[in-house]
Amino acid sequence: MLKKYYVLIILFSFVFLMSFSESIFKGFVNPEHFPDPVYEVLKNPVTKESFELGRELFYETALSRDNSISCGSCHIQSSAFTQHGHDVSHGIEDRLGSRNSPPIMNLAWNKAFFWDGGVFHLDMFSISPITNPVEMDEKMENVLEKLRSKNEYRERFKAVYGSDEITGNQVFKALSHFMIMCISSNSKYDSVMRKTEVRFTEVENKGYKIFLNNCSSCHKEPLFTDGSFRNNGLDNKFNTDTGRQTITLDPEDRFKFKVPSLRNLTYTAPYMHDGRFTKIDQVLDHYTKGLQESHTLDPLLKKNGQLGIPLTEDEKMNLKAFLKTLDDKYFITRKDLSEQ
Amino acid sequence: MKNQINIIICFFAIFTNSFTSYAQNKNANLAKLTLELNHVVGNKPLKLQDESYINEAGEKFNITSFNYFISNVKLYEKDGKEYVIPQDSSYFLIKENDPASKKINLNIPKGKYTSVTFTIGVDSLRSTMDISRRTGTLDISGGMVDGMYWTWNSGYIFMKFEGDCEQAPIDRTGKRKFRYHIGGFGGYNKPSINNIRTVTIDLSKKGLIKAKNNTNSRVLIEVNALQVFNGRTKVSIVKNPAVMFGNVSKLISENYTGMFSHISTKN
Repeated sequence: MLKKYYVLIILFSFVFLMSFSESIFKGFVNPEHFPDPVYEVLKNPVTKESFELGRELFYETALSRDNSISCGSCHIQSSAFTQHGHDVSHGIEDRLGSRNSPPIMNLAWNKAFFWDGGVFHLDMFSISPITNPVEMDEKMENVLEKLRSKNEYRERFKAVYGSDEITGNQVFKALSHFMIMCISSNSKYDSVMRKTEVRFTEVENKGYKIFLNNCSSCHKEPLFTDGSFRNNGLDNKFNTDTGRQTITLDPEDRFKFKVPSLRNLTYTAPYMHDGRFTKIDQVLDHYTKGLQESHTLDPLLKKNGQLGIPLTEDEKMNLKAFLKTLDDKYFITRKDLSEQ
Repeated sequence: MKNQINIIICFFAIFTNSFTSYAQNKNANLAKLTLELNHVVGNKPLKLQDESYINEAGEKFNITSFNYFISNVKLYEKDGKEYVIPQDSSYFLIKENDPASKKINLNIPKGKYTSVTFTIGVDSLRSTMDISRRTGTLDISGGMVDGMYWTWNSGYIFMKFEGDCEQAPIDRTGKRKFRYHIGGFGGYNKPSINNIRTVTIDLSKKGLIKAKNNTNSRVLIEVNALQVFNGRTKVSIVKNPAVMFGNVSKLISENYTGMFSHISTKN
């Protein structure tokens, strides 16, 4: 009889402890099949408080001049933190930007930010959309004033930084902490790579091989980008954005843009730096038959003197099946990344 | 046990005491130096908005803002001995509309100094440091419009010089203006424009700094903004109404290294 009780007690406490550990905040955890992050996570450890403060700020409309939009307005979680349905970014008072808003995803591994890599550290990123006239069009001093006027923020900043002064740097660091926690590493592809019992289907497997032969040198696994800047042969008659050249001023960088990740491709339409393609089929057609020759065109897109990547319709079908395995449903539905 | 603690406390007291007196001594060894910057345009004093000036290209203009960074101040003695102002406190943003900013107050060791060297702009090391090491005048929160920081191409604006000129073409905002935002620390991972410029001011002709106990040496420096147009390369507003991150910026940064001249030293 007594033994039975013991077993029950042990069982209950086990369940209790398990449920407890679920709710314990683990900080930044590097997925095992990912490389080491670029962001100095060890120097800036993410705490529960800093992450939650960052999240609060990410969804804070006081960051915009007319208090109408937050970071989350143009980086929507259900679209893998992109601005669904917009080719170029859409700021306050319906002002339009010049480029497509990229996903907030796996930023801890990013070496450079923006399509042209003009910003080289995540902490220096947030000031840009906040002060950009076609995005949030606000001054940091006003943002700080608005935040300081709210007791809740003063308490939260005090909990994280030990002072309720609230400075720009503190806001930027907290936003970085939220953003580096937006990790997408739970797609079907990830399960296969982690050697769980999940397997690719035959079609996906064929697609994976096509990917490895044709796409993987730029869209490098496991992040599906090598972080480099390349000219992928887009027609630039209508959009004369020269990309990387605006930062380096090097004519060899003309029309080069950062290689985007292919993770969550289904959710991040439209595609390219100006969102010109709305469907993956258009993107594949571009690579097979739409490339424009130019002196900075990436050499990998002109192998043996032949422009483009030759793919049959069958191969395209298989490739698309593989690309679907990069969708991470968990990432776009995780409650802890949503507005609370 | 109690005795041991007492001894430790005693030692600690002696140690802290001697340490504070050492620190005081160190402070006592420092003299005060003020670099006073007097802004002019040719032979007229610089006055924002109201006063108009003419450059060598014959263009009539007024000035609406004139801001620049001075950093990494160093002093040299006759024998070449160098004193470097501690780097964390060696960044100064000079703004025409803020008179206090035109006086740079420094603490220096006693001695006779024959020249002063400084950077116009912010060095590349500081430009790439963690933002927690960039507070005060280096806080990036000011952004581009009011501040001295390019948000789209991470880096400080070393000099911002703006004004109106009737001969200038109408710009996107419908105004006839010149806008010179000069920056560029050389590129983060790929070489790009480097407009970091160093200025050396020779004090041997108009008066050495003779820094002694309890004195405040004042070095008066004239800063002639007209040099931006009239320096080594003549720059015309009509041809270059907006100069930011491009090759003309190199000519302008070379030009403005010639803005500074030593007027006098009061010891």
